[in-house]
Amino acid sequence: MKVHLKIWRQENSSARGYFEEHFLDDINEDMSFLEMLDVLNERLTLEEKPTISFSHDCREGICGSCGVVINGHAHGPLKGVTTCQIHMRHLKKFKTLVIEPWRVKAFPVIKDLVVDRSAFDRILQAGGYISVNTGGVPDANAIAISKFESDEAFMAASCIGCGACAAVCPNSSALLFTAAKISHLAQLPQGKIEAHHRVLEMVRALDKEGFGACSSSRACEIECPKGLSLKHVAQLNREFFKASLVAHLVEHPTMAYHGKGDDDLHSHVDEGSHIHHEEK
Amino acid sequence: MKLDAKIPPGPLKDKWSNYRFDIKLINPANKRKYDIIVIGSGLAGASAAASLAELGYNITMFTYNDSPRRAHSIAAQGGINASKNYQNDGDNTFRLFYDTVKGGDFRSREANVYRLAEVSSNIIDQCVAQGVPFAREYGGLLDNRSFGGAQVSRTFYAKGQTGQQLLLGAYGALNRQIHNGKIKSYVYHEVLDIVVTDGCASGVIVRDLLKGEVKSFSAHAVIMASGGYSNIYYLSTNAKGSNSSAAWRAHKKGALFANPSFTQIHPTCIPASGHYQSKLTLMSESLRNDGRIWVPRVKTDKRAAADIPEAERDYFLERKYPSFGNLVPRDVAARNIKEMCDAGYGIGATGMAVYLDFNDAIGRLGYKEVESKYGNLFEMYETITGDDPYGKPMKIYPAAHYTMGGLWVDYNLMSTIPGLFVLGEANFSDHGANRLGASALMQGLADGYFIIPYTLGNYLAGRGFRKVDSDHKDFIKGMGVVNDRIDKLVSLKGKVTPDHIHRELGTVMRNFVGMSRFEKGLKNARSEIKALREEFWKNVHVSGPKDGLNENLEKANRVADYLELAELMSEDALARNESCGGHFRTEHQTAEGEAQRKDKNFSYVAAWEYGGDGKAHKMHKEKLDFENVKLTQRSYK
Repeated sequence: MKVHLKIWRQENSSARGYFEEHFLDDINEDMSFLEMLDVLNERLTLEEKPTISFSHDCREGICGSCGVVINGHAHGPLKGVTTCQIHMRHLKKFKTLVIEPWRVKAFPVIKDLVVDRSAFDRILQAGGYISVNTGGVPDANAIAISKFESDEAFMAASCIGCGACAAVCPNSSALLFTAAKISHLAQLPQGKIEAHHRVLEMVRALDKEGFGACSSSRACEIECPKGLSLKHVAQLNREFFKASLVAHLVEHPTMAYHGKGDDDLHSHVDEGSHIHHEEK
Repeated sequence: MKLDAKIPPGPLKDKWSNYRFDIKLINPANKRKYDIIVIGSGLAGASAAASLAELGYNITMFTYNDSPRRAHSIAAQGGINASKNYQNDGDNTFRLFYDTVKGGDFRSREANVYRLAEVSSNIIDQCVAQGVPFAREYGGLLDNRSFGGAQVSRTFYAKGQTGQQLLLGAYGALNRQIHNGKIKSYVYHEVLDIVVTDGCASGVIVRDLLKGEVKSFSAHAVIMASGGYSNIYYLSTNAKGSNSSAAWRAHKKGALFANPSFTQIHPTCIPASGHYQSKLTLMSESLRNDGRIWVPRVKTDKRAAADIPEAERDYFLERKYPSFGNLVPRDVAARNIKEMCDAGYGIGATGMAVYLDFNDAIGRLGYKEVESKYGNLFEMYETITGDDPYGKPMKIYPAAHYTMGGLWVDYNLMSTIPGLFVLGEANFSDHGANRLGASALMQGLADGYFIIPYTLGNYLAGRGFRKVDSDHKDFIKGMGVVNDRIDKLVSLKGKVTPDHIHRELGTVMRNFVGMSRFEKGLKNARSEIKALREEFWKNVHVSGPKDGLNENLEKANRVADYLELAELMSEDALARNESCGGHFRTEHQTAEGEAQRKDKNFSYVAAWEYGGDGKAHKMHKEKLDFENVKLTQRSYK
């Protein structure tokens, strides 16, 4: 098949970007989308032209490295797949493929289609875990967990951290990403112990990174390659609200900080109240 | 050089507890005086880094990825074994140990494998405490399944995403210590050499992949958890970036490389569709529970599957192995599929595939049941191939998947370079000549959570707090070597891309050092690899700058190392003049066509010493003694 590409090129985060056109006329439709870029890059290498940088690693939809916008859709027009799982036959109907990086202020472009998603790591570092050391834990069956809750926690935990949610959000909000971890851990008895602390810390870290607020456009839920639901955002709101109410009562370094007239806490509660999601 | 595995004395079941009592300890307040480098952030690396940081050590960690969470452990599907005996079906530590030694075709070290089985239960406890959402029963307790032909149900799983969930658990523990300031994590940093000072590992040379800058870091000890080298076959189920460079450079600095030719080829992967193919996707082993593997009875039959009547199909695994049928172990299935394709019975445009057919299963169980069991796998298959497996049988072919070989380590998981520890797939230790399904995750986490925290302390205690500075001459020299090689690569400006040579290398490796091997083929591979290496250093073309993000340069660096490791793999396969597990020498097979071991002559670990540039490797043997298991011949008829 013949392919007409318009690919975003950008030398570095401060350089001005532009679209570069390429025409390929011998693309096999069984090729994956990234293999098509490989073919183009091998050609560019031998022509001594700068190759196109893009993120990828496992190429089977689980590591979360890859991610570009193809014709306006994060991870391309197919539902429930990552960029690396798109094959050229899925793109046959398009005359031109416009390929762009995630466009999010908190994800500065590193080069071409590669963006810096370290903000996601920092949000999780702020509290996206259960504070247990290795060793000295109880037997795995010591606490029974309902299958329903466990399965729900698993669904939330299947987030791959690709960043598509923020990329498609009109406000560049990363609330679905943050909520996925909150929701995963809040539904497990082991995770409940630090739930208040976790949600306050993670939301604070999220805001610090410069992501926008959620306005329930649901774009994230529609384009998430792993089908994560907006109900996790509802869970985050509940957790956040609960935590805010008791923050001043619990002796905790973080919460004490909130107690000292830090009014951004209140602003979150207000925000939370209009991130209302209808749960059916 | 004399290899000493440092196996503790005493009965098998007491070795690890005796060891833990006998080791030297480091005062809790003194642990913070030690700096430790961890290479890799997969299950082994992340669990080691987190556990050591919790104890108080200062950790510096490197990954070539943009986040520790991307490491390829994330892609493991099936599950993780542990001898919990939650199912009351007769499992215990000894049985898991025995199954692992036997599954590895008696080419692993008893003491290490027993320890692995012993700590397996702790891993599950740890993961649950971290919030890993394993599959559960309706009563709220953990579910198990039988995996890879095991007689007991000891595999814990989280849908088909067990590796992901375990890695995210370890990544959480890692994040907590990054937050606490005990771990400094360097992403987009690739380790390109190990520094050895006065005979001990003293640090690493790394390249910042974004800036292109070559830097050095020193430490009291270095932990390598850099994974395996299946990508040497070019087409494998590994991530594109998975590579052997850190391990290979350590080897050239004095770490012996053990059983390099022991690789596992997974039987059920989606076949390559053309020369542009960049990787292969694994389809879970569980598909063989209900899918039937077949080829047409006539060679190069071009009819569609549906047009081939039952009588003209050859269900060759069921025919050859009536009792195990389609459920024979991975190596047996993979080899038989290859043999059928080589003999001309392969199907599809390339002839390098066989059918995996669910038609009978749909008839027997109904569409709904099949969908509930395999729906997500069928969907994945359809996305990649465009074929609907409910209507047309799947096409599958084996692909390189895991490397049992790796850097030689003793019972402490320390290589022959003092202070260089090797964990997870990067070491050779526990799987012998064939790894059982759901045991890779177990080993990676056992090494990181429960073994290295003890053995590292034993090494450091009594060595003093002094650390070699990173401006020491060994570091300056190491940086020079790395920089020179990069300069050479970017200056060659030849006519072929690094990928081109890598593809050629992969073809040679798949043909001669893959599922079945024979003397003439291996000798042929050796000379072809040598020719490719010469071609590479004459004619490779690396475009782009060296002082910035340059994927071409990264690839060239990795391919250059593969071209050396490949030769050692064929050398090792040639020297092991027997068949065992995944190492199948066609000269040595039983009347049933099974791998024929030669225990009298080959019951050893082949540990290879680097002889210097252009010189031959030297083999050292670690004799394997089996005091607790009886060596038997596998048979699946």
